[in-house]
Amino acid sequence: MGSYISNSPDEQQQMLSAVGATDFESLYADVPASMLLEEGALHLPDGLSEMEVSEAVKALSAKNRVFPHIFRGAGAYQHYIPAIVTNVVSKEEFVTAYTPYQAEISQGVLQSIFEYQTMICELTGMEVSNASVYDGATAAAEAVAMCREKKRNVALVSAAAQPQVISVIRTYCFGNGMEVRLIPEKDGRTDLEALAGMLGDDVACVYLQQPNFYGCLEDGQKAADLTHGGKAKLIVGCNPISLGALEPPAAYGADIAVGEGQPLGMPLSFGGPYLGFMATGKALMRKLPGRIVGQTTDTNGKVGYVLTLQAREQHIRREKAGSNICSNQALCAMTASVYLAAMGWNGLSQAAKSCMANAHYLADQLSGIGYPRKHTGPYFHEFVTICPVPASKALAALAQHGYLGGLALNDREILWCATEKNRKAEMDELVSILKEVRGE
Amino acid sequence: MKLIFEKGAAGRGCSILPECDVPAVDAGSFARKTPARLPQVSETEISRHYTALAKQTHGVNDGFYPLGSCTMKYNPKINEAMAALPGFTGVHPLQEPETVQGSMEVLGKAEQYLCEITGMDRMTFQPAAGAHGEFTGLLLIKGYHTARGDQARTKILVPDSAHGTNPASAAMAGFEVVNIPSGADGCVDLDALRAAAGPDTAGLMLTNPNTVGLFDKNILEITRIVHEAGGLCYYDGANLNAVMGVVRPGDMGFDVVHLNLHKTFSTPHGGGGPGSGPVGCKSLLAPFLPGKMPVQGPDGWQWETPAQSVGDVKAFYGNFLVVVKAFTYILSLGRMGIPAAAKNAVLNANYLMYRLKDHYTMAYNHRCMHEFVMSLEDVKHETGVSALDVAKALLDHGIHPPTMYFPLIVHEALMVEPTETETKETLDEAADVLIEILEEARRAPQSMHQLPLTTPVGRLDEVTAARKPVVRYDFSAGQAG
Repeated sequence: MGSYISNSPDEQQQMLSAVGATDFESLYADVPASMLLEEGALHLPDGLSEMEVSEAVKALSAKNRVFPHIFRGAGAYQHYIPAIVTNVVSKEEFVTAYTPYQAEISQGVLQSIFEYQTMICELTGMEVSNASVYDGATAAAEAVAMCREKKRNVALVSAAAQPQVISVIRTYCFGNGMEVRLIPEKDGRTDLEALAGMLGDDVACVYLQQPNFYGCLEDGQKAADLTHGGKAKLIVGCNPISLGALEPPAAYGADIAVGEGQPLGMPLSFGGPYLGFMATGKALMRKLPGRIVGQTTDTNGKVGYVLTLQAREQHIRREKAGSNICSNQALCAMTASVYLAAMGWNGLSQAAKSCMANAHYLADQLSGIGYPRKHTGPYFHEFVTICPVPASKALAALAQHGYLGGLALNDREILWCATEKNRKAEMDELVSILKEVRGE
Repeated sequence: MKLIFEKGAAGRGCSILPECDVPAVDAGSFARKTPARLPQVSETEISRHYTALAKQTHGVNDGFYPLGSCTMKYNPKINEAMAALPGFTGVHPLQEPETVQGSMEVLGKAEQYLCEITGMDRMTFQPAAGAHGEFTGLLLIKGYHTARGDQARTKILVPDSAHGTNPASAAMAGFEVVNIPSGADGCVDLDALRAAAGPDTAGLMLTNPNTVGLFDKNILEITRIVHEAGGLCYYDGANLNAVMGVVRPGDMGFDVVHLNLHKTFSTPHGGGGPGSGPVGCKSLLAPFLPGKMPVQGPDGWQWETPAQSVGDVKAFYGNFLVVVKAFTYILSLGRMGIPAAAKNAVLNANYLMYRLKDHYTMAYNHRCMHEFVMSLEDVKHETGVSALDVAKALLDHGIHPPTMYFPLIVHEALMVEPTETETKETLDEAADVLIEILEEARRAPQSMHQLPLTTPVGRLDEVTAARKPVVRYDFSAGQAG
């Protein structure tokens, strides 16, 4: 059996004697006897040595199929992760520290968060970022809650947003009592004419995803103008890699920028841990949920960093806090920082442009063999094709060749994604497999 | 230390990606006009920058970390190795179930084991942290009452000793919070609870052992009072490390629990996450669970959405790799190791309390569970040295201070949780240091306010940080300003 108890049985006995306990059971004298489990009564397997554990867990991981070629996105994206990223975030000091409550011995974590906040502000064009939330979906839901006002209790959410994001917004609103109304989608984009008719005195915010779930680019400027005309706030959920090529949310007037930070150096990992980022302008700074790190000085005037604006938070305000968030995704935020430092602007913009170029190449090739694109508008690195054969058949053929194809939205439509990881030769092979499927 | 933006130079960088081998696409009017000012640094500079930052960070690996309520136990390296397996890191969350049977089995088995440990029937791993689990658990309670048409149950009872997340989570779930005072013994005041419980009670949130480190021996009476009033009982698993494998929340009368895998089940805290806050429940609440649940059928593991699900609380299935780490830990410890860890956590806490009790005033003179609370109120009155001063003094000895000023019901509180992974000599050394600090406080109280002296920075001006917030680097000033 594995054990991480440091003291030997003899030492445990010495310590029991020292505290005046006859045995371990006497330490639990306050627990009603009827409730105590008998020794060994847990229905768990016997403990294992480290070697056995390693074999058992490896055997489980081997039951998963890791595809060498991935063309699926839909909220989780495969990008190249520089080696330095994995190396830095494996440092034990970062891995095993708690939330940096004791600033004097946590300057490393605190400064890294300050740098992360700056990078997120730069990416999104915003003025203030928090230290992270759980993922892009919870970031969206927290942003909606930030916008609530006494007489404005309705959130208008684009139907072209990622389904899980819409679901999480709905769940949070089930909790806090806000009402969610979906803005319909038209040709793969949010129907802004419909939005114009939905705005009113009770609308707190509009949530738009850019690029949206179908990969299409939204008219952010028009959405912002309409939203602000209705005195509501615009929240934009953006893909951080896309910001290496596309206008950031602040440029077209978004009030809050949020998003899923996973593309910034985090592996797919079956959905987590990922990273929710949130940034806004100074006007909403004190409504931001979660940790925020600020710069200050010590008693000798030396620059240092602390958790700040804590009067917003649960441990001070309890039930009056805007959010309950405590632990967030600090190590994932550091992952994003190291990724952005390694890539630099040139690298990020190269990644973004490669994503876009590859996706357009793939879409054109697919169209050429009878898998036309469903929507007409501009897109980034995802797009939907009409499938001339059942989608399940096409995807099964691809899987046979080691390709994880796009996500089947229904039996005749597939949502594809291409990133900088996908090279021309790989895309050409994918196209030839699908061509064969069609020809059968 | 210089910020990464203050290092590097134009034209520096790393060579990461190849040239794209298909034609470029013009983003037209969507194209970004102003580049983001990201660092322009070589890989050497990045590596040294973060190594320097690591040296200014105290983790469990650097020294004793008795941070009460946070269970800073050692994080076994095998956990990290297993979570880094490409078979886990390389799979997409939306792959077809037949291609992710290994991941689904990890979730399914971890659910089974943790249900056994907590006495629950089902468990979701979707919540990403403890507070997220609290919110989720409260939504289950809300879903349950709503489905029964019982709209009058709008209040959640929370003891005044509770973690701040409890009332904050209740508010997020749309409940009104009713604070229940603690008795002189630090436990729930039964009369106050009886007076508060009624037809408007949706539920009670409780930590047991509680935040003063005591097991509330009236627990069966407490859960009975709430149930008889028609409410449900929520167990905050922050303190499960004292009792895992010894007594189960389900047997105490709780209907729903959250766990902190990053505390009790040895996955690291990562400087503030990622954690994992799975929520377990009795079968009456299972139909309301969020997300998708893995279910084993004749053709292997499949996804099932609970019939009256409250919806998703996070995209996909939670912080999956964190679950892999906790799963590895449970496989290592097994049937006998889980309770052994709990018992030694309690022993280590009692031993450290025993070493200190003739010097420091214990908030409650009673055998403790996995943690205990000291009050520096008398010391402060006598010498002017506060709990904060004692905490800062510890920094100079390489010890992470205990949790300060919590729980709120104890003045000048220091909450100490050593965990089972510490050696006797670590506890003895910490006790010696704490006793020495107390002597110093009596001998030279003024000097205590200047501590720490050996850390990279001294005490920081938090007031100015909050009044004039500087929360990002200012490029135009060429320095943070």
